[in-house]
This record gives sequence, C-alpha cells and structure tokens, in this order.
Amino acid sequence: MSFTKSSVLKDQATHYCPGCGHGIAHRIVAEVIEELDIREKVIATAPVGCAVLLYDYFNCDIIECAHGRSPAAATAIKRVRPENIVFTYQGDGDLAAIGMAETIHTANRGENITVIFINNAIYGMTGGQMAPTTLIGQKSTTSPAGRDANNEGPPIRICELLSSLDGVTYLERVSVSSAKDVIRAKKAVKKAFTNQIEGKGYSLVEILSMCPTDWKLSPKHSVDFVNKEMKEAFPLGVFKDLTSS
Amino acid sequence: MPKNVAITGNGAMAEAMRQINPDVVAAFPITPSTQVIEDFAKFVNDGKVDTELITVESEHSAMSACIGASAAGGRVMTATSSNGMALMWEMLYIAASMRQPVLMTLVNRAMSAPINIHCDHGDSMGARDAGWIQIYAENHQEAYDNMIMAPVIGENMDVRLPVMVCMDGFLISHSVETMQIEDDQQVSEFVGEKVPLNSLFDTDKPVSWGALDLQDYYIEHRRGQLEAMYKAKSVIEDVSKRFAEQFGRKYDLFESYRLEDAERVIVAINSVAGELKEVVDELREQGEKVGLLKIRVFRPFPYEDISKALEGCKIVTVMDRSTSMGAYGPLFGEISNALYNLEDRPLLYNRTYGLGGREMLLDDLKDVFQESKDYLNNGKVEKIFDFLKVRGA
Repeated sequence: MSFTKSSVLKDQATHYCPGCGHGIAHRIVAEVIEELDIREKVIATAPVGCAVLLYDYFNCDIIECAHGRSPAAATAIKRVRPENIVFTYQGDGDLAAIGMAETIHTANRGENITVIFINNAIYGMTGGQMAPTTLIGQKSTTSPAGRDANNEGPPIRICELLSSLDGVTYLERVSVSSAKDVIRAKKAVKKAFTNQIEGKGYSLVEILSMCPTDWKLSPKHSVDFVNKEMKEAFPLGVFKDLTSS
Repeated sequence: MPKNVAITGNGAMAEAMRQINPDVVAAFPITPSTQVIEDFAKFVNDGKVDTELITVESEHSAMSACIGASAAGGRVMTATSSNGMALMWEMLYIAASMRQPVLMTLVNRAMSAPINIHCDHGDSMGARDAGWIQIYAENHQEAYDNMIMAPVIGENMDVRLPVMVCMDGFLISHSVETMQIEDDQQVSEFVGEKVPLNSLFDTDKPVSWGALDLQDYYIEHRRGQLEAMYKAKSVIEDVSKRFAEQFGRKYDLFESYRLEDAERVIVAINSVAGELKEVVDELREQGEKVGLLKIRVFRPFPYEDISKALEGCKIVTVMDRSTSMGAYGPLFGEISNALYNLEDRPLLYNRTYGLGGREMLLDDLKDVFQESKDYLNNGKVEKIFDFLKVRGA
C-alpha cells in the first residue's frame, strides 16, 4: 500500500509554513471529496487568512469572499444551486472575529452547508496577532504579555457557542496533531459533507491546528502545544449531532 | 533629543503614536498597516504610553470604538488599509459628522476584488467624500510629520474633524529609510492636550451625540460640517507653520517643485513624487522646463492656491493612482475644477498608473513627460484619459 495524493488537490507547491496544519486539513477535505465522488459538484469559498490561496490547491470551483463573509456567500450559492455541495473553509479570524455575525446567523438558519473551521488560536497571515481563540496567557504581537481575560476576554469556543442554536445539525471539534486525531478528523469531515448530501442541514467541524511560525515554536513543540494546551481549552468531541438519534 | 533612525514607514507611524500618547487605540489587523499597531502594542505592554488598546473583532468595531472614546473626551487613534477601511465606511461618515477628531494612519492599498495587498489610492480616494481631512505623504519623514500635526489640526476648536494620514503601502510602510524622530517632550508640547468638547464624561452637562435629525436640521448640520472643513485649510497652514518653526521642516498645502517657470507640469500624490523629482531634475539639466506639483492636503482641496500655482504653465498631466469607474480620475477632477476659471488655461489630461502596485520606474515617468512634450508641440491633447503600463491598451 502506498500513499497517493488526492486527485482533488492540484500539483501546487505549498505556501504554508513547515509544521502548519492547513496542509493536513486540505488533504483530509480533498480525500473526503474524492471518496464521496462529489468533486464536480463542489463549490468552495476561500477565506481571508492563510488559506486565502485555497483556489491554488483545490481542483473545484471556488469564490474568494471578503473577510468573514463566507457563510453569507455560501448560503446564497447553496440556495441558488441546492444540487451542489458547498463548503466554507475559514480560520479563527475570518469565522470567529470579523465574520462572527454571519457564522451565527448562517448556523441559526440551519443552512445546508459544510463549514471547515481551522482554529490555530492566532491570526496567521497578518503575522501573529491575538485571535478570539487565543488562549489565556498566550503571547501574540497584539498581546505581548499574554492574553488577559480581564482585558481581552476569554477565548471563544465556537462549537459550544453554536450548540445552543436550534438550526444546527452537527458540531464536532477535532485535531490534526496526531495520527489518531487525523483519522478522527477525517471521519468528522466526511460526516459533515455526508450530512449536506443527505440534506440534513448545517454542519461545522472545528479543527485544532498548528501554527509554528506565529507561535514561535518548532513543529514538534507546536504539536505538543495543541495536545497539551489547546485541547484543554478546547476539548475535542461531538457537541451536537441531530443525525445520531 | 531628536534622533536620526533607520525605520519603516509603519514603524515611524507607531513612533508618532507613542509620542502623541492617545487615550484609546482600537484596531484590527490588515496588511500592510498591521505593523503600526503591533509596534504600538509593544509600547502599551512596556508602559511607554498610557493608552487603552482595544483589539476589536473588526474594523467596523474599531471605528465604532474610536467614536465612542472620542465622544467621551479621549484622544483616539487607529490604523488600517483598503478593505479594512471599507468595512469602516459607515463609521467614517459618523465620525466626521459627529465632529470627532479621530486620527487614522491609512496605509494605501488596492481594494478587492481581485484581492491584492499592494499600493494604490483606491481606498482613500473612495473615502474622499466621507468628511475626513486627508493628508498625504511622499516618504517616511512626511508621514511622521503629518501625524504629529494631525491632532493639532483635527482637535482645533474651529475644525473638530477626523484626520486621515495617508502613505503608500509597502513602498513606504515596509521600506526602511533614515529619518528624524523628534524629541518626545517637544512633540508632546507641540501636540498638547486634547480639550474635550461636550464630553460624555461631563455629567454636569449631559449631551446626546448623533441624535435623529430629519428635514428640520440635517442640512444645517451638513453645512456646518462643511464650514469646519473650509476652516481646516487655514488651520492646516497655521499648524504647518508652527511645525516648521519648531522642527524646521516646512510644509504647504501642496509642494511646488521647480514650478516657477515650468511649462510642462505633472500633478501627483504620494511616493511617486520622489521619483518624479529626480526625473524633473534630470530633464531640467537638459534644459526642459518641467515641474512637479505634489498634493499634500487633498481634503480640504486647495482649489484657488493650486490654480495660482499652475497659472502660466502650458500643459498639465494629472497622474491618478486610482480609478473612479465611469469617470476621469479623482485627482484629475479636482485639478480640472481648479483650472477652469483661469483665463489662460493650460492643456490638461489624465493618466492612471500603478493600480495594485504596478511599478513606475524613472524611464516610465520620462515617457510621461515625453508625451506631454509631444502634445505641447502639436498644440493639442490626443487622449484626455488613459492608463500607463497596462496590457491590452
């Protein structure tokens, strides 16, 4: 058995930093699309953030959205073309900061889309500023002494936040910080796409992901940071699943 | 003590902010202005300023926070670029019409789509009608100097308007140049304390800001706002004079470079002016009567002064680094307005350049002067509007 690259991914040299989790997340999404044989039907939205060049990697139709507006654009695309499979791919700045209103309202309306949410607890592309998901005490360029809950508030837990909304079908938080986690993450992503294919409604998979460059850690220590620090602040698991009952 | 430092444009703006020591800074990162707030966050962390730094969730919230803090009587600053300022759009107008002298570093960047992070002036030119004073800078020193003057201008009791200090993304924001950072104490004294006006903190004198205002008084408030903008012109001149007396660098509403006997003049904004000066010098050595008019203050626009400065020249090329879709360039429109009432009007035409960061080299600018020479020799302008260095033209 040998490893092959998904045909959903283009032959494109990566622009992501060594040790970044985006590459794994891209591969998982691409493999799921391939296994479900839906590539010709997939329409994705590219965010603002490190994944802004999503269209350089995925061999499907993609629209670049203004910062945070992916859920609104995806809503419209899905409503106009319900036969297509629509997913957003967003980071914590895009989804949980500037686009929080769209995130909540799209989830609350129960739009039949799939949201892939990369949580690396920092603004990556602009160079390591504090995100809504930055941990207490975590240093960033805009919180040089570490995030202080009294000043910046505690980190926002998106899965827990959205779990109170009746419109939501499926919420799961996974990680790409170990082989076991990657397998679990792929199952969650597959379920999120399958839910859409079956018309079951809004699905979001939050993926805890490494950012060695902006965390100023080695790739190995970044994995440790996810496993030891992030998983404590953002526990993995299923937060809502209307399909299981 | 003043000191000469090698610094980026963003670093220089953060230094100006440190010296101004605002009460509140609210911002959201966007390339290429991010480093201004990053550097400033270090000053906050190191206790070098007394500022409340609010790392809000979007630019719309950033400007909303600025307006709130300013209405509460604070001196307030932010920094942004392009789409970031576009997301502030609603609040830009509200800051201006509530007469809140918020101070902004605007690092010029092209507007989406297609997404682009490099320089043009589409962001600030799009906001030219929002009611902000707009001051532009050729280089690091000018951007820093303009920012030191900005609070004194905006907070003047005859003005009370927000001020946008613009500089070119990457070309200035990320390049390193040697410039003078003035003495902290001297800057602090020059800038002074903000005098609160109808502050929300003044509980003995309760006020409402931004209340409903329909057919009864809205037009009077707009007219009053315009009056403040007119007055800003002489205030800018006064403050620039004071700045020159204290720090030695002299600024007018615009810079006239070798204009005295110039026959062919280019009008331009921001960093390209530095290159144009070199080209003007070279052509002057060859005996060509060329000159440059560099815009510094775009709002309020100094129509009469520019009209006088360009009187007598034979042909004017206006270089716009933005487009007003379906119209001539925004700077060209203003220069046309300024020149129309001259009895002996020069030939006038418009060239768009540099959108999304397309570079203009010295030879490209020489070509622009060559074209104006050809037009002048033929006695007519063949193309009023055109793009420079563009495919498919």
